Amino acid sequence: MTAMLSFVGAVASDESLASVLLRAVFVENILLAFFLGMCSYLAVSKRVDSAIGLGIAVIFVQTLTVPMNWALQEFVLGEGALGWAGLPDTDLSYLQFLTFIASIAAVVQVVEMAVDKISPKLYSALGIFLPLIAVNCAILGGSLFMVERQYDFAQSVTYGFGSGLGWALAIVSMATIRWRMRTANIPGPLRGLGITFITTGLVAMAFMTFSGI
Amino acid sequence: MTATSIPPVAAKSSLLGKDQLKIIKDPLWDNNPIAFQVLGICSALAVTTRVDKALVMGIGVTLVCALANVTISTIRKFIPNKIRIIVQLVVVSGLVIVFDQVLRAYMFDLSKQLSVFVGLIITNCIIMGRLEAYAMQNPPGRSLLDGIGNGLGYMWILVVVAAIREVFGAGKLLGFQVVPQALYESGYVNNGLMVLAPGAFILLGIIVWVQRAISGYVEK
Repeated sequence: MTAMLSFVGAVASDESLASVLLRAVFVENILLAFFLGMCSYLAVSKRVDSAIGLGIAVIFVQTLTVPMNWALQEFVLGEGALGWAGLPDTDLSYLQFLTFIASIAAVVQVVEMAVDKISPKLYSALGIFLPLIAVNCAILGGSLFMVERQYDFAQSVTYGFGSGLGWALAIVSMATIRWRMRTANIPGPLRGLGITFITTGLVAMAFMTFSGI
Repeated sequence: MTATSIPPVAAKSSLLGKDQLKIIKDPLWDNNPIAFQVLGICSALAVTTRVDKALVMGIGVTLVCALANVTISTIRKFIPNKIRIIVQLVVVSGLVIVFDQVLRAYMFDLSKQLSVFVGLIITNCIIMGRLEAYAMQNPPGRSLLDGIGNGLGYMWILVVVAAIREVFGAGKLLGFQVVPQALYESGYVNNGLMVLAPGAFILLGIIVWVQRAISGYVEK
């Protein structure tokens, strides 16, 4: 793992939790700086209430999957991670993508069933968004960034929550802007996707000003 | 994800007849996955700071999309409907792992720069979208062409965005200096915004605008 991943070691893994959180929410917002989760962002940001629903669902799933994939990476997939099972020479990191996506799909499924059982009200609010999340790049991307930056357990919990929160913040603010723009007179071909991109660019520019903190 | 209407399977014609050519050509312009179907934007922006990154990413998506389309289309009659998403994800991640390992073996530096975005081909909506909307209903041959067409439609937009960002952001194209030194001496500076995230958003917005102004498509 180290030889493969230490290249991107710009981030020291002894970063404080507050700094991990601030970076994930504002400075390196997973949507506005890394473009992850754009598809559902573009599709769902038309209405504020559905944007809030999807935002909450992403925070929830992200906070669960990042630490879970951290455990998988640490105890199963990484180089020498199977040492506890008497296999210190095994390196399964090439199975990373497959394992991560499978575990994400499984978590989403379990969360869906659990929410349905515990709070049917929340389920009907989140219901349609939960399955969408399994193929949201922000979720897989969050786990891959966690490995690349070599976060420890506490940091991955913080990062999972922070990046989910950052994503939710971006989609909700965009939904409110798009709601306001419905009455604006936009040239035909620019309507919809085009103007949404340009507006997102301006929002991203605003978020870049956080990079001083 | 916007599922587009699937043209009905037409009568069989010879290899790469008019009908087959249309399957490839359609996603290149009229039904472009990025500009028209609004799929696969996630990775489209992140890898476009340089043309070589965009090219490799485009090739990767084209290969994975074509091969996954063929695989799923071949076994489409044996996939239980309830677990089809998982089956599709497994096929796609298998192909992406192969692509990632090849990249690490032969182009290590580039694979480092692409970082997590190679892995994110798995969740690229173009691939899932084509599997769901096309490969599940059509025979392998046609699905292969559809995969190639959509991959290429994705690639050309990526390369155009990357070329503009590289030329204006770094004054280079494919790593070679294209903006003459004399221009810098007379006070020209690279546009730093181009290599940053907001530049990509605004640029893609403008490209979509131009593409739609020419093809005449208006939303709603």
